[in-house]
Amino acid sequence: MTVSLIVEQLLNGLQFGFMLFLMAAGLTLIFGVMGLINLAHGSFYMIGAFACAAVAAATGSYWVGLAASLAAAAAAGALVEVAVIRRLYRRDHLDQVLATFALILVFSEGTRWVFGSFPLYLTVPDFLSGPVALPGGIDYPLFRFAIILIGLVIAGGLFLLIARTRLGIRIRAGESDREMIAALGVDIRKLYTTVFAIGAALAGLAGALVGTIQSVQVGMGEPVLILAFVVIIIGGLGSIVGALVSAILVGLADTLGRFLLPVAFDTFMDSSTANNVGSALASMLIYILMALVLFLRPTGLFGTRAH
Amino acid sequence: MPEPILQTEKLSKRFGAVVASDAVTLDLVPGEIHALIGPNGAGKSTVIKQIAGEIRQDSGSIRFAGRDIDRLDMVARAQLGLARTFQVSSVAPEFSGLQNVMLAVQSVERKTFRFLRPALKDKPLMTQAMAHLERLLLDDRAHVRAGDMSHGERRALEIAIALALKPKAFLLDEPMAGMGPENTAKLIEILDDLRAEAPILLVEHDMDAVFALADRISVIVYGRIIASGTPEEIRANEEVRGAYLGDEGHDGAA
Amino acid sequence: MMTREAAISLLIAAGLLAAPLLGNAFDEPFVITLATKVAILGLAGTGLNIALGYGGMVSLGHAAFFGLGGYVAGILASHALNYEPLFTAPLLVEGTTQMLIIWPVAIVVSGVAALVIGALSLRTTGVFFIMITLAFAQMVYYFAISWPAYGGEDGLSIYIRNEFPGLNTLNPLHFFAICYVLLILAIGLSFLLSQSRFGLALNGARQNAQRLATVGISPFRVKLTAFVISGMMAGLAGALYADLNRFVSPSMLSWHTSGEIMVFVILGGTRRLFGPTAGAALYIVLENTLGDVSEHWLLLLGALLVALVLFARGGVIGILAGQPRHA
Repeated sequence: MTVSLIVEQLLNGLQFGFMLFLMAAGLTLIFGVMGLINLAHGSFYMIGAFACAAVAAATGSYWVGLAASLAAAAAAGALVEVAVIRRLYRRDHLDQVLATFALILVFSEGTRWVFGSFPLYLTVPDFLSGPVALPGGIDYPLFRFAIILIGLVIAGGLFLLIARTRLGIRIRAGESDREMIAALGVDIRKLYTTVFAIGAALAGLAGALVGTIQSVQVGMGEPVLILAFVVIIIGGLGSIVGALVSAILVGLADTLGRFLLPVAFDTFMDSSTANNVGSALASMLIYILMALVLFLRPTGLFGTRAH
Repeated sequence: MPEPILQTEKLSKRFGAVVASDAVTLDLVPGEIHALIGPNGAGKSTVIKQIAGEIRQDSGSIRFAGRDIDRLDMVARAQLGLARTFQVSSVAPEFSGLQNVMLAVQSVERKTFRFLRPALKDKPLMTQAMAHLERLLLDDRAHVRAGDMSHGERRALEIAIALALKPKAFLLDEPMAGMGPENTAKLIEILDDLRAEAPILLVEHDMDAVFALADRISVIVYGRIIASGTPEEIRANEEVRGAYLGDEGHDGAA
Repeated sequence: MMTREAAISLLIAAGLLAAPLLGNAFDEPFVITLATKVAILGLAGTGLNIALGYGGMVSLGHAAFFGLGGYVAGILASHALNYEPLFTAPLLVEGTTQMLIIWPVAIVVSGVAALVIGALSLRTTGVFFIMITLAFAQMVYYFAISWPAYGGEDGLSIYIRNEFPGLNTLNPLHFFAICYVLLILAIGLSFLLSQSRFGLALNGARQNAQRLATVGISPFRVKLTAFVISGMMAGLAGALYADLNRFVSPSMLSWHTSGEIMVFVILGGTRRLFGPTAGAALYIVLENTLGDVSEHWLLLLGALLVALVLFARGGVIGILAGQPRHA
């Protein structure tokens, strides 16, 4: 095991963490402002990936595809908010869960209808393909490195949006007091649609970026959605900082666990057993982490509000 | 004076910059009604919540029935015999009045984990629950959903539930709040009787009720007890008149 | 006098019994399989209804218990067929193909899992509870995928359906009868539970946990007990489902399965004794009729479910019985 291998895994973990953050940030915003649990958030991830793949193939430009992923996911988000989600804010969580579960069926099957069951593949744009040379003579795929940077930029932008802009003030006001914000004359319907669309767009972008290094297929959003839930549980509900810290923690733990645990078990077991035990344990690692946080701090690392 | 059943020792609680209770020391002796009065936001409910175990004090301690209960949660304190009612009625809204009281009866019997026998065919359970409803003049409303009851009925129901716990002390948080004069008069009569069973720590805004019922009154302002004594002493206390009664008049409903 | 809901319940019970008999008479064995599936999934839903309906615990992780029950059946059977003991130390534990042994093991294993998952999840409520139960079920799912001993991603086949004394389980009618009786027993148990002192406390905990704590009953203990009973029923259903398909795979553990079991309960009507069974029946009928209309029947089902949530509350039995949900 070399240093460069470890650095590479660390960077992979970071990259994974930032993508989880894009998902978790949208979910936690939507919950914080509207009090809604949205299981269909993974569908926006998928829609973003398919939009990017389809548009990139049609126009030949990855960047147009990426823009399309943002636009398609935001549009789908706004549409669903207006048609369905809006009617769920005052309902109990059970209704929200059932309706958004049903929306997943609609989105997944709809996408299968349009694009078929076979996965699509995206090609990394030319000037982001190939490796980047990092200090210490480490080569790392440039595209993955770019994803980390994009994640960093978006995280920064999101913090600025919430801290500095008028929309951010309204979002924060909406999180602390829903009636107050209506009394202030803010058009609450428009605010909700906007927040929902932003959350969806973030998920769509994550889907397009991850779809580029993996594959684009129906159902790709749900595993990520559940991981984003884990991120929120660990970070604390409604906290964007919590989501960021916890996303990176989960990204690193998962990536390094898969890499290091089989190696660690190999030191005192025969290698096929070590591989089995190690990878089985690695697949459960972040859930064990979640259980630990729940046990020690049920409100999550950064959560203050009682749930 | 007899040995107190409930004692708080310098209870303090802050919420950020706000001091909700400031070294609150008070006690409750058998047979008495001890009223806790003070202006809105003075920290009366916070004291009740700390004693009931809903919130933990930052410092100080609580003794009840001869033991330290600081480490016990709400459930354990209720099991020890602390019966509490809420400032805003808290009942199971889909249950009938009877079912609400039955919960308390089965809790006292420590027979909740019975899985197969229908509770509504459990004669002793029903009879006991019904008796407590009768005490509060609710027997003809026994089968009405608590959520459909009038405000006054729900307040009375809470007291019936508290009674069913056969407690060693009652913590009543504004039981008269929002009640009409007729119901208030009835409730005063009921509480008057109740003190023989278990002493009552009574938080109340209705000064007529307080001065009619209380054996002792403590006045709390900004989380601190500024005076404690018999109703006559409190009426005569200059500091209390200035801080509290003065601007409202002691005989007007606050 | 019989209430309308009781009449509908009786009708559902009779209908579910009649379907396979008719299927047998008209030589349509597929109908028997479908009815068996309804009975098993109805059993899983009946289990979830205890947690979700009576206890108000929106668990999106019941696939974990359903799947574990399935794996118990699969693993015990595979060891029996290979004549390979599960453990040799500290004591010899061998596989078995006897349902009467498999069921209790499935119930205990899923009950223990529900105890652990429930104890952690019930430290929170609301949205957190939903997300945590979902996440823990996902953990079990990934474990099943990455653990190669019992088929990993490919799953595990049960070559011969497990046995029940005195019956021929390979006869579809016999196997249906087993599932049907267990379903009715579970519904009967739910009924008793809901009427008992424990049921009173559980319903109370759903409506107002603070009220329950104030009278000295721990909402946590009441809810956890209900969650374990609920998980056990789902586990038993899983063991039967594995025998129905003669196959277990991680898909039994997937979050999609959790969602489906929840759909049965809500589709039929929460806190209705026959609600989950009605929901499962409706789901399977829809699957098979919509499935003929279009291969994208899930799209139609999704739209239908959205409409149901938005416009028709109280589930199918709620609509038919024409009364609001009761306590």
